[in-house]
Amino acid sequence: MATDISKLGLKASWRDLTEGMVIAGAGTSREFNTGEWSTSKPLFIEDKCKQCLLCVPVCPDSSIPVADMKRGEFDYEHCKGCGICVKACPFGAITMEGVE
Amino acid sequence: MAKRDRLSGNEAVAIALRQINPDVFPAFPITPSTEIPQYFASFAANGQVDTEFIPVESEHSSMSAAIGASAAGARSLTATSSCGLAYMWEELYIAASNRLPLALALVNRALSGPININCDHSDSMGARDAGWIQIYAENNQEAYDNMVQAFRISEHKDVRLPIMICQDGFITSHAVENMELLEDEDVRKFVGEYEPENYLLNPECPMAAGPYSVTDYYMEAKRNQAEGMRHAEKAVLDVAAEFKALSGREYGLFESYRMEDADRAVVMIGSAAGTAKDAIDRLRERGEKAGLIKIRLFRPFPAEAIAEALKNVKAIAVMDRAEGYTNHGGPLGADVMAALFRAKSPAHAINIVYGLGGRDVRVGDIENVFEDLNQIIKDGDAGETYRYMGIRE
Amino acid sequence: MGNLTEIRWHGRGGQGAKTAALLLADVAFQTGKYVQGFPEYGPERMGAPITAYNRISDTAIRVHSNIYDPQYVVVVDESLLEAVDVTGGLKEDGAILINTERSKEEIIRHLKGYKGKVYTIDAKKVSLATMGKYFPNTPLLAAIVKVAGIMDEETFLREMRASFNHKFASKPEVIDGNMKALEMALEEVQ
Repeated sequence: MATDISKLGLKASWRDLTEGMVIAGAGTSREFNTGEWSTSKPLFIEDKCKQCLLCVPVCPDSSIPVADMKRGEFDYEHCKGCGICVKACPFGAITMEGVE
Repeated sequence: MAKRDRLSGNEAVAIALRQINPDVFPAFPITPSTEIPQYFASFAANGQVDTEFIPVESEHSSMSAAIGASAAGARSLTATSSCGLAYMWEELYIAASNRLPLALALVNRALSGPININCDHSDSMGARDAGWIQIYAENNQEAYDNMVQAFRISEHKDVRLPIMICQDGFITSHAVENMELLEDEDVRKFVGEYEPENYLLNPECPMAAGPYSVTDYYMEAKRNQAEGMRHAEKAVLDVAAEFKALSGREYGLFESYRMEDADRAVVMIGSAAGTAKDAIDRLRERGEKAGLIKIRLFRPFPAEAIAEALKNVKAIAVMDRAEGYTNHGGPLGADVMAALFRAKSPAHAINIVYGLGGRDVRVGDIENVFEDLNQIIKDGDAGETYRYMGIRE
Repeated sequence: MGNLTEIRWHGRGGQGAKTAALLLADVAFQTGKYVQGFPEYGPERMGAPITAYNRISDTAIRVHSNIYDPQYVVVVDESLLEAVDVTGGLKEDGAILINTERSKEEIIRHLKGYKGKVYTIDAKKVSLATMGKYFPNTPLLAAIVKVAGIMDEETFLREMRASFNHKFASKPEVIDGNMKALEMALEEVQ
């Protein structure tokens, strides 16, 4: 039942679009690499990080993976480089590469 | 077994809805459609339906709630008239582009201004390009029968588009007429259960609805939507055939009345077609070859079939119960004329605006139209093709 | 159209002319007729003149226009005789029924030379005597059924009792008063 979104691209015919443009199926945004949009990336400085995890919920693209209550390296395939995490971090553990 | 009854058009539609027993009915009252949700609210209060009846604070909300319910997987509908429909404008397009098969019981009323509560078709005609299927009724029986058929058409897997079931405000909505009702069980069986393929409340397959579309996809999305409309004619006819088997009453895309050998015809929509039939019978008694095409399905517009039905006619009056402010006629006129042009029709055709804001249509008025068509044939010239009927000069 | 009877009602908003037209359609329907009962709506104001219509026929009714040349006219409020052209288009071989306590001779002077039959009924007297309140449309309904010969009195009363039993199922105490009003009106109309 889930939509096969592999057909959806700039070459898709109108016939390949879904009825009403619905996307049926969960988590399909994973297939969409919004990381391509970024002009700059956040840089994670692990030494300064206290693992407070304040950066995690503010990320609009769920691009900060968490395991065992600890955040890991950025998911650059989906990070759009918005920089919200930089503002959220109280410890200066995230900077924007190429910014400042 | 059919049940003989006498009901107003509003009550008849409300009873059809009780028999259908939809899942969700959000509504906000407006004259002359108010009685439909009013009757239905008592059915809900009396436990005669399982429907979630939601009184909302505006028509913008009633259509929004119907859309939300439909996307969630429910069979939903609402009812309105005139300014209420205008206030749903944005949502009409959303329902259609999201391919949601919900229904709207529309009771046609003039749009302001001047403010007026009586019948014309300016409300639904304004919504004719919104992507909704539109079906019109001549009388209470047709309003009821069309409502019973509505969800079968709109939910058809090749169609999946919202549907507007229209009747004339006051003229049929508030007039008590004889009619035949179907048995509750027969209607329930005919309409069946709604089983959407994808819906928001499906835990097996979560869904995103109402997407944003960039320019790269928008045209493809609209073309994809148009495909549903292209299947609507066939669905209307298929459902009508099944309905005939159930009720004995025959419906098509339009009704041809005494067209077999007609040399003159009027093309019109709604309750005045009944009055036109009486006029045509009188003319026929005098040996005049008069006929009527009464449009049932206006969106999509069955252009080829209508041109075919008019192919032997010498003069045609297309009657619009709405102004188009094009300086050359109303919306039905535009569609019929385009159909005739494409069919290379040699007939003379005029477009007459009539019945605005409830202006009455009498048998004699229609007889006069046929007399005008007679003159046009004699002159070999249509003369003024954009006319008004029943106006004080 | 076989045996088409057209009736026009003149009343004032709130007096029940529309309800009376719908009741007449109802009772005629019960005897197997094709019917139409419909009001002409303007601004919905108490006291404003309103018109309602009935068509009753042995065959299906298709026409959806108002009625301009009725066989019968019912005037629910006699003050309309001055304000509205109640006899407009009324057929000379038809009749007008007026709710008034005045005499027929007196009322005819207000009818602009109408030459057809004139009937009167004091619906207020009938209503107060039988129901204790003023509901003009119950007596007028009985009176027009008699004047227009829509059905015989026995059938009419039988059908109306059935209709009241259904309509007033939750307040059966008013049924007898309504029935008495119908019976008295059939006697009183002249």
